[in-house]
Amino acid sequence: MEHFISLFVRSIFVDNMIFAFFLGMCSYLAVSKTVKTSLGLGVAVTFVLLITVPVDYLLQTKVLADGALAEGVDLTFLAFILFIAVIAGMVQLVEMVVERFSPSLYAALGIFLPLIAVNCAIMGASLFMQQRILLDPETSTQAISGVGDCVAYALGSGIGWTLAIVGLAAIREKMAYSDVPKPLQGLGITFITVGLMAMAFMCFSGLKI
Amino acid sequence: MSLFSKENGEVFMGPLNLNNPIAVQVLGICSALAVTSQLKPAIVMGFSVTVITAFSNVIISLIRKTIPNRIRIIVQLVVVAALVTIVSNILKAYVYDVSVQLSVYVGLIITNCILMGRLEAFAMQNGPWESFLDGIGNGLGYAIVLVIVGFIRELLGFGTLFDFRIIPESAYVDNGGLYLNNGMMTMPAMALIIVACVIWAHRAYNKDLQS
Repeated sequence: MEHFISLFVRSIFVDNMIFAFFLGMCSYLAVSKTVKTSLGLGVAVTFVLLITVPVDYLLQTKVLADGALAEGVDLTFLAFILFIAVIAGMVQLVEMVVERFSPSLYAALGIFLPLIAVNCAIMGASLFMQQRILLDPETSTQAISGVGDCVAYALGSGIGWTLAIVGLAAIREKMAYSDVPKPLQGLGITFITVGLMAMAFMCFSGLKI
Repeated sequence: MSLFSKENGEVFMGPLNLNNPIAVQVLGICSALAVTSQLKPAIVMGFSVTVITAFSNVIISLIRKTIPNRIRIIVQLVVVAALVTIVSNILKAYVYDVSVQLSVYVGLIITNCILMGRLEAFAMQNGPWESFLDGIGNGLGYAIVLVIVGFIRELLGFGTLFDFRIIPESAYVDNGGLYLNNGMMTMPAMALIIVACVIWAHRAYNKDLQS
């Protein structure tokens, strides 16, 4: 239980997808104009993460890993293609669900909904999971050694990403009224804001649970 | 149309400056920020992205008429993932230390928005040769920004370039000098702010890009 909580809290604050690894920056910068849309995208990303990370974990351990399928067969080099196929399939599913249940959110997210498939945060979570399987669960609080760990990690990463995008959207809504130097307007000032937010999040880096 | 016509020249030169993938199109930011704490991984990353963008552009451009519209994203992803797997294994074989430093970011080239953006916007409508030039141009435009950011961060954060010492040891406080490395530069947060400064300078120079 402690291990789940540790993984969950650390992936929200310390290993935040945006502020520590810069994953999913493209849609992060493009969609964070209003709080409502960004919350919707955050929930969609969290949902896709929650499904893809455990599925990719099972693929990695039961099919791809050295000797998992048959003695002496190592298919790890296929990981990229398999992971991205799982992600693309899942995103297609989420797109259909959102279109059916919330047409307004579907319209607001526009092109960025199908683009969750190429959101680095999703692929990144699977690749970090693949690295963390190698860690020793006895000594490291970061090790992932079961489907439960994957769920805790995916949920934490998703919530961390949502937190980051909603925070930035709220700041940008306020910033619309401030007087920013002309060449810095738009993209430039958004980058600086994210940089300052990342510095604030750095103070969590000593967190130990 | 000749191979080196004026239009093709623009396809190639545009992304280097006025249509830069990072500073103007806002594509491929993730890896641009994460791999630039030193110059060497930044250059290896820029080179890998250039090669992969160019060849995936050519492949998609060759088969663009046979791809059904509904599943084009998946087809594009599979082509890119195959190329990235090849490049990743080449990096592991020949520059192992850099490939360890880049860790997951090599795999994340698959989801690099530059690739998908160029495939969707250019390779699906244009012939192989133009697509190849477009891929090389965009890859180099991306690499330029990476090199600038990597140069500033490594010089100020470590006092070295390519692990070669630029600021002499004797200038440091530990050895009786007056200089200290700016540890902040090695942190992820500063990458964002340096990219912001690059964009600022770029837009101050090119007035018509200002919003």
